[in-house]
Amino acid sequence: MSSARTEKGDAPGGVAAPAAQGGPGKGGIAGFSREELHGLLAEMLLYRRFEEKAEEAYAIGKIGGFCHLHIGQEALAAGAIGPLRSDDQVITAYREHTQAIAKGISPRAAMAELFGRADGCSGGRGGSMHLFDPSVGFYGGHGIVGGQIPLGAGLAWAIRYRGGDQICLCFMGDAAVNQGAFLESLNMSAIWRLPIIYVVENNGYGMGTAFPRVSVTEVESRSGACGIPAHTVDGQDVLECYRFFEALAEEVRGGDGPHFVNAVTYRFRGHSMSDPVAGTYRSRKEVESQTKERDPISLLRDRMFEAGLLTPEELQAHDNRAQELCADAVDFAGSSPTPDPATLHDHVYAEINDRGRLFLDGRDAERAATGGAAR
Amino acid sequence: MTEMTYRDALNAAMLQEMDRDDSVFLLGEEVAEYDGAYKVSRGMLERYGERRVVDAPISELGFAGLCVGAAMAGLRPVCEFMTFNFSFLALDQVINSAAKMLYMSNGQIPVPIVFRGPTGAALQLSAQHSQACEVYYAHAPGVKLVAPGTPADAKGLLAAAIRDDDPVAVMEGELLYNVRGEVPDGEHVVPLGVADLKRSGGDVSIITHGKMIHVALQAAGQLAHDGIEADVLDLRSLRPLDVDAILATVARTNRAVYLEEGWPFAGVGAQVASLIQQEAFDDLDAPVARVTQADVPMPYARNLEQLAKPGAKAVVEACRKVLYLA
Repeated sequence: MSSARTEKGDAPGGVAAPAAQGGPGKGGIAGFSREELHGLLAEMLLYRRFEEKAEEAYAIGKIGGFCHLHIGQEALAAGAIGPLRSDDQVITAYREHTQAIAKGISPRAAMAELFGRADGCSGGRGGSMHLFDPSVGFYGGHGIVGGQIPLGAGLAWAIRYRGGDQICLCFMGDAAVNQGAFLESLNMSAIWRLPIIYVVENNGYGMGTAFPRVSVTEVESRSGACGIPAHTVDGQDVLECYRFFEALAEEVRGGDGPHFVNAVTYRFRGHSMSDPVAGTYRSRKEVESQTKERDPISLLRDRMFEAGLLTPEELQAHDNRAQELCADAVDFAGSSPTPDPATLHDHVYAEINDRGRLFLDGRDAERAATGGAAR
Repeated sequence: MTEMTYRDALNAAMLQEMDRDDSVFLLGEEVAEYDGAYKVSRGMLERYGERRVVDAPISELGFAGLCVGAAMAGLRPVCEFMTFNFSFLALDQVINSAAKMLYMSNGQIPVPIVFRGPTGAALQLSAQHSQACEVYYAHAPGVKLVAPGTPADAKGLLAAAIRDDDPVAVMEGELLYNVRGEVPDGEHVVPLGVADLKRSGGDVSIITHGKMIHVALQAAGQLAHDGIEADVLDLRSLRPLDVDAILATVARTNRAVYLEEGWPFAGVGAQVASLIQQEAFDDLDAPVARVTQADVPMPYARNLEQLAKPGAKAVVEACRKVLYLA
């Protein structure tokens, strides 16, 4: 497998300097059919519009708590999850709305979850950071930096235990590589040759801390101590990502053991909706330059234009469709009921034992007093 | 019935469950080739092979999380901590992942996992290896917790824990592993949430769990010399908690002492005393007394360690106090 490597630049955060993308061909545009290219463009537009709608809804108080947007990093949802099989598994951190949609959660169910509504993919119990739908292979949505990494190893363990040929794709941000859970999980994955791909969405900043300020080594070097092959890909180039992950997924499926991918990307928004886009930790100029030159959607669009594979009308049609789907998701979320208060204690336990109290907040005592089972 | 050690009873429970369900596996430090740090898993590697009996690196956070992930995928891991003291490194995965996954996912992802190993003090292991860990686990909704004190309960409760669809912490005792007792032959499962009256007295209730039942029984023996007959109620399961059994013994004796190995602040006894005063206030003839470890980290020196540990003498004194005999 040829792992595409980007030049390491001196830009803050170890983000690769914008590389000249060249014309059609470099990312293998010829290798993608017209339909495939339009599909990827439409997907990324959907993700972008979804996040923009979430941004709007947050601003008017429809979405509460923390809300971390993926804007600027869409190529990794489309390019890394796109090539997977439907029975492959994805687990990730809390910047996961678009990855959830890429794996098969509907924009409606995702937006309803952000709104905290009963029709959300987690019934309104999870919110922005905890989208789940194991029926499509999406295992969340985890809020502790690095917490999902051992869980991903466990999903891969279960695949191997059952002799399956699925793989697990485990995303994390660059800051997660400094957690103990990262090293421990990579080491175990290597020992047991688990079918897992660890993907660092390296956007250069852990919240407001540039990666070189918290590490003297590059992200890519971090798996070497565990003997796991490392690769770096241009995370803004959806075509490169797609081909890369397509090939790597098959290698891992074939029993090649774990792999580690440093996908160089950039976060166009603040860490979360409550954080500034730029300021003390990165300059507005840097953000503007990345947004202008490294937008994964613009990059693909321009290459398709240049190759004569896209007309402005077609682009507009894709965008209209994306906006329609997201407007529909917002309407759906807004009209979905809030969770039934009577369900507050549901799903704390999968099994309510016949004897003894599980809840000590008075709920079980109340039930016992009113003739319900003394649970 | 067969007489066996607590250690062998735990082993028997794992064999019983692993024989009937291929999704059960054991993973932890030294569980396979070494036969277990306390020999609880003796012979299991030979019986099941390295697919199901797995030596983990010393990475508590990592391997606990890996087991939680495997449980999210529907397997039933038995995750052994060499002691629960070491599991503090893994608490993020216990509390933030295992306990909350089902709720956060709106019921889509159960986590049928067992965390097991010894809790509490042994002999002169000093501060970091000698603490009761029950409350750290029982505090979190989503977790269940059992603490068997006898070989029979060890077999039955571990079996029930493995079959349960939720995360269950099975807290054993290093000093219990050699304790011998009669254990039912064949399939033996003790349901969670059912306390056991280990001694029936009627004058005063000593309520406790885990290893402390032996201290409670010793105290009850000493009280009997003075004509005081104590109930010894072994909760066996802290969550679910058999409140009916607690209220029943208090209704009978009107006096209660909670004995536990842990520290007093926010201890199990604090919870039980709160329940009793809330729900059996009119039954009480005296305030609920508590016997705990001294509120200090466990010292090494033998004499200081003895002072810090809750012993039969303190239990006898507490019982006499609630009987207004002290």
